[in-house]
Amino acid sequence: MTDVFSLKIGGFAGQGVKSSGLLFSKFAVDSGYNIYNYVEYPSLIKGGHNVIQVNISKDAVLGPSVKTDFLIALNQETVGLHLSELTSKAKILCDADTNIPKLPAGVTLFKVPLSKLAKDSGGGELLGNTVALGAAAALLGGTLKILSNLTNKEYEGQRFAENNLEAAALGFRYVLENYSSKRIDLLRYSKSDPKIVLNGNGAVALGAMSAKMEFSAIYPMSPISGILHILAKKQKEYGYIYMQPEDEISGINMAIGASFAGKRSMVATSGGGFCLMTEGLGLAGMTETPLVIVEGMRGAPATGLPTWSEQGDLQFVLHAHQGEFPRIVLAPGDLTEAFYLTMEAFNLADRYQTPVIILMDKNICDNDQSAPEFDISGYKIDRGKFTAEKVKDYMRYKLSEDGVSLRTVPGSGNFFIANSDEHDEFGYSSEDAENRISQMRKRMEKLESCAKFDMPKPVLFGPEKADVTIVSWGSNKGSILQALKKFPDVNYLHIVRMNPFPSDAVKRILRGAHHIIDMECNYTGQLASLILEKTGIEIKDKFLKYDGRPIFVEEVEDKIESVLKGGK
Amino acid sequence: MIPNWCPGCGNLPIWGAFKNAASKAKWDNTNTVLVAGIGCHGHILNFISITSFGGLHGRPIPVAEGMKLANPKLNVFIFTGDGDCLGEGGNHFIHAARRNIDITVLLHDNGVYALTTGQTSPTSPVGYKSKSTPEGNMDNPLNPLALAIASGAAFVAREYAGNMKNLTDLIIEANRHKGMSVVDILQPCVTFNKEFTHKFFQENTYYLDESYDPTDRISAIEKAQDFGSKNIPLGILYLKYL
Repeated sequence: MTDVFSLKIGGFAGQGVKSSGLLFSKFAVDSGYNIYNYVEYPSLIKGGHNVIQVNISKDAVLGPSVKTDFLIALNQETVGLHLSELTSKAKILCDADTNIPKLPAGVTLFKVPLSKLAKDSGGGELLGNTVALGAAAALLGGTLKILSNLTNKEYEGQRFAENNLEAAALGFRYVLENYSSKRIDLLRYSKSDPKIVLNGNGAVALGAMSAKMEFSAIYPMSPISGILHILAKKQKEYGYIYMQPEDEISGINMAIGASFAGKRSMVATSGGGFCLMTEGLGLAGMTETPLVIVEGMRGAPATGLPTWSEQGDLQFVLHAHQGEFPRIVLAPGDLTEAFYLTMEAFNLADRYQTPVIILMDKNICDNDQSAPEFDISGYKIDRGKFTAEKVKDYMRYKLSEDGVSLRTVPGSGNFFIANSDEHDEFGYSSEDAENRISQMRKRMEKLESCAKFDMPKPVLFGPEKADVTIVSWGSNKGSILQALKKFPDVNYLHIVRMNPFPSDAVKRILRGAHHIIDMECNYTGQLASLILEKTGIEIKDKFLKYDGRPIFVEEVEDKIESVLKGGK
Repeated sequence: MIPNWCPGCGNLPIWGAFKNAASKAKWDNTNTVLVAGIGCHGHILNFISITSFGGLHGRPIPVAEGMKLANPKLNVFIFTGDGDCLGEGGNHFIHAARRNIDITVLLHDNGVYALTTGQTSPTSPVGYKSKSTPEGNMDNPLNPLALAIASGAAFVAREYAGNMKNLTDLIIEANRHKGMSVVDILQPCVTFNKEFTHKFFQENTYYLDESYDPTDRISAIEKAQDFGSKNIPLGILYLKYL
């Protein structure tokens, strides 16, 4: 099976749609397959329509698709909302009393008494989702033992653990007894390398822990709250501090204080919280305090689309705060990049003593994906120019060739002022014009140094010479690479380093390109603007989406096809 | 650097008292760190040879909290003003009080925005005329002491800047007390506040005597309401042992 099989679970919020999807995707992974989950949910806790799509394949699955091969409808509403996405041979699994007025031709219906079996399990109707998982696992040729082991592990120590186990088994057996001839071989156990199932929030949290983060203050906000949930829970075990500040302004200032005192520090927020952090961002820049800031983008402006995705904050994070100071901006394209870039961000922050922003979109934050296990054996913590010892004639902001000065901490015996006012080499406030120029140059030089020593070239996926070159960033990477499997003559330039920007490499690649398509989830084409600014190359063909939904694999395919056919 | 405050400025004796306290209590670069916000008070960092962080307007408290959490061994002092602490940074002040991290807040309270050349502040009295309230201030002043006690701060005190010797000892005591300590320092601004003058504070303040029990929270909040002719209490208003 190299094609992607798309299973969708729909129900109302509170019915366990997300947790069922995650359990099912782990089941698929334990059975030897790869998954990519895509979740859609409204900004409320109970009621409303929740959907999770589990994309399954023997090969890596990289992005969400529009089509649905298998629909699990936990309520009546789901059927109506998703009927149009069904493929011609799709299957629907629903409760016995679900009413399907007009079943599309070719679609098979599997009615399973979900509520009844859930009650039989002893856990009550709410376990209908687990019954459905058991039934779906059976219909797709899965192994009950794998599902049982997983259910056991996931619900261990929780109320209804036994009942969930029973519910899954009841669903599974019901299919064996009633639909045994209709089973397909999709999830038959097949050996594979060990894989993890994780979303971007989890990857950032693990990345921070692997980089030996020591302090974090995060105010809750969708879509990054998942980061703090993990950090808060694991702090005792790993020996760092997580605390909940009263607002994002406080969060970033606390993190700056902790970093100034020598601890690796991180904050995370979404665009709205980053608005509040903006003044702190410049404070870190001016005082040359290392700091990692995660910005998870959602539909904006104002409260916007709190639980949906967008890439509308690129130009904002590149320019936020008054005046000029060095900032490093990294934009991961999937959870694996999110993990390794988070670790790298801590080193860059320490090396250049300046804020590093990790810019993610909600799709990366929230969507689970299977990936090879992370390997941190190649990672070395680099605190940069740093000492906790007393140094003779110490000057905190001593001018230097690469713009970086020796950093120390309070309590070390050294005297210095980390000063938000313009300052001299000791840190004393200074409004002297010559000093201003030398300190400005020193700070800005750090960006040049980073560009010189710490900037890997952007990756060009696909052939060097191509009929069409796609340029994009963030989570679009997945759908684009998934689509590219069908188009051997199309390549993809994935941009991760937003500042400093790899201008020369991008210029070289795009100058030779035949037809360039810019793909982004925003209204104005913010990456295209950045490319124009940095390289002078104007990309005219833009595929822009700003409805909160991701760019689906099919949309990329359609776009490429229309360009190859000579259209737009 | 040499202080650049106006002659007669209340910051001068606060600076003196802090330096005396540092010398008495042996605070130095091996054990102490200072944080300041923005306002005339913030200049103080340039005149003390102890490592410090000059932050943003309104934000010294969270920076200090981060430092103390990062290194609990440090004595952490915050210099802040009434605009800095109670205006721009009001949210941080109340949340820091309920959090009670072991930091010491020295509130340079002059009832005016001085560095921006004279506008009304959160502690300016009703009717106070300034560049921002030419017809007189219509807003009620905030009461930093009552606010600190109500929010949970462990040590809440008031002193007049001119009482340098007592202020010295009070700063040491505030630092020694576990939890967040707030010292509201009545500080004349000789240039922009003609109401809260040295003379006014000298004539209208008095020290709480031994009959006053600072551990009674409700009576402390009541006592914190007193402010007026011959009726401004000085000393420790509230103490809570964590």
